[in-house]
Amino acid sequence: MKHVFGVQVGPVTFRIGSAWRKPITQLQALYRDYPKDGGVPDFTVRLAPLRPWRRWIRPAVAIGGDFVIPDAAPLPLDQGLLAAEMGMNLQMALGQRRFLLLHAAAVERDGCAIVLTGESGAGKSTLAALLQGRGWRLMADEFVLLDPMTGLIHPFPRPVSLKNDSIDVVARALPHSEWGPLISDTPKGTIRHLVPQAHAVAGAKSPARPRLLLFPRFCAAPDQRVVGAGEAFVRLTQASTNYVVLGERGFLALTRLVSDVTRVAIDYPDADTAAAMIEGLW
Amino acid sequence: MMDATRYRAPQASDLSMVDLDELVAIFHRASGITHLVASPVPELLIALSGRWLTLDGIEQEFELVDGNRAGLASIMDELVAAGLIERRA
Amino acid sequence: MTPALTLTRLLADATAASSLDPDAWTGVLGVARAEQLIGTLAMRLDGLVLPRRVAEVLEDAKATALEGRRQALWEAEMARRALSGVIEPLILLKGTAFAAAGLDAGQGRSIGDLDVLVPRAKLAQVEAALLAHGWVWVKPDPYDDAYYRQWMHELPPLVHPERDRMIDVHHTILPLTARRTPDANQLIANAVPLGSGFATLGHPDMVVHAAVHLFGDGDLSGGLRNLWDIDRLLREFGDEEECFWTELGNCAAEHGAADVVARAVRLADALFRTPVPAGWAGARPTDRMFLRRLLARNGWGQETRPATRLAFYIRSHLLRMPPGMLARHLWIKWRKSAGGKERLQQAPR
Repeated sequence: MKHVFGVQVGPVTFRIGSAWRKPITQLQALYRDYPKDGGVPDFTVRLAPLRPWRRWIRPAVAIGGDFVIPDAAPLPLDQGLLAAEMGMNLQMALGQRRFLLLHAAAVERDGCAIVLTGESGAGKSTLAALLQGRGWRLMADEFVLLDPMTGLIHPFPRPVSLKNDSIDVVARALPHSEWGPLISDTPKGTIRHLVPQAHAVAGAKSPARPRLLLFPRFCAAPDQRVVGAGEAFVRLTQASTNYVVLGERGFLALTRLVSDVTRVAIDYPDADTAAAMIEGLW
Repeated sequence: MMDATRYRAPQASDLSMVDLDELVAIFHRASGITHLVASPVPELLIALSGRWLTLDGIEQEFELVDGNRAGLASIMDELVAAGLIERRA
Repeated sequence: MTPALTLTRLLADATAASSLDPDAWTGVLGVARAEQLIGTLAMRLDGLVLPRRVAEVLEDAKATALEGRRQALWEAEMARRALSGVIEPLILLKGTAFAAAGLDAGQGRSIGDLDVLVPRAKLAQVEAALLAHGWVWVKPDPYDDAYYRQWMHELPPLVHPERDRMIDVHHTILPLTARRTPDANQLIANAVPLGSGFATLGHPDMVVHAAVHLFGDGDLSGGLRNLWDIDRLLREFGDEEECFWTELGNCAAEHGAADVVARAVRLADALFRTPVPAGWAGARPTDRMFLRRLLARNGWGQETRPATRLAFYIRSHLLRMPPGMLARHLWIKWRKSAGGKERLQQAPR
């Protein structure tokens, strides 16, 4: 692999190899303030052409690594940064064993955390990004790491992947933020990565005790209700890619989590309302 | 005709049970599978723990909510399919 | 020394660990993961003082292997329950067998599908029992189905949707179209009961099967792990059983697999320094090509040596089918893929 980039995000180290220079250059810019790493990585991502000539002719990036999805469609080279991010997500989703992985966002204040979970498109990444402007530290936007031994949430503050309208909403709300390049014409529309605030990156080694489990839903009429532990447990197992492979450790970690936290589902029409509801619950 | 089909649940040490409000989460160590169940399943599992019983025996062993034999048989079928209960003809 | 070769040195001799720098470790772990040997490596290095990062990665691999083992043995148990009354004891093959029998070869091994061996005469009953207990066909394709039933050594694959695991029901250990055809009844007669309703192949048979699987049942991809299995089996059985090597020789000859087993032994010796008796040692010129193929992996986990790999891919098809049949089979497959038929994704073995 000609071009290599090593980075640490929270407790996880990645090694990314690429046949092309450009995705690596973009990664270096996006992760400028993150700790770099050249030691033995937790995970390896490979960005390579599917066939040798596809390196130059209609160049397309096949996402490879320690863990792969066979026959996944390659991305055009100008979406190489997206390929790298997807590759890292894939390693986490398929290979993470030290922490229970929840497909969720998390924010922290005073050593305690809110875990925001729900279906894709429920807006939790956008909400988590916006809560940065209201006194919350971003811990994660995509993967929440739960330590089975301690019950603590560990930060995994990757650049937040925002899509379409959310990009402008967040840019207006957080005018001093740093961003990755604008990536157009992806299957999900336009994507842009938001670099988490400085204290989120700097605090990437500071875990937090989960206090609130939130099921947010973007909806016209604001509402909130308590969620039962059984329902929360089921929904979280569905939101976890590694619950099964963790075995009994995962079972104990998740039953403990849902038993220890306050569980609330909220319907919110905008970030202001959501933030206010959250303050009320905190 | 007496149905001689017998059922057995795993040893208590093979199950980890946690109450979660309205449901019970059960981790079955031999399979690594997590089951979410409601009454009377936890009670059935405890009653059948490590011993073979027929449906008659189960009904005698403890009172079911509505004494419904067909309902009991159907619950047992589901538990057999899930691997939580072993069946022997 | 390439990372792949370093991995084989490390597996054979754990003390070599102290000489590796971080870059070397990164390469070794990359190969191990790609070759499905990282769980094995973790078990081999268990208890050694290792650099922290390496220890963490291997700890994860060990935990993964243990969970995989639990799931594999449970799958065997569910199959046993479904087949009780039809097949008793249930003969396990490959990784599940190693794990169930507590063999060294099962330590840290990644186990894919469940493989079992049943008498050909009972295939219909076995199929019916599995279907009745929730298994379904993986791909209902008429041509491929007929090919499987008539020529292959197994039923078309079945999967249990709830547990998402496949079962391969074998009735012999080589395709009937191949030039060598082992005696399935003998295999079953020599099976070793484990208690608890399971059995494995007799020990010489197990090694013969592993060798046959390594060379005759594919293009050697994933072969390094299969060769490691063979090394572990040879050591364990060679140590414990007086006449093992003699029996192995006889058994291999009976199954028409003497060349294949002899080659497997030589390659295991070459890579893992298996202690072999005088009559089995030595090297053939063609062994080098096999070793090249087995080590065709770089420190990034990518396959290397494309020409060697292609040669083996073609060879594997020639072995499996007479040339006329192969042409017909490939032609029909090509026609289908040209029509946009969905490809089956194979789980790793």
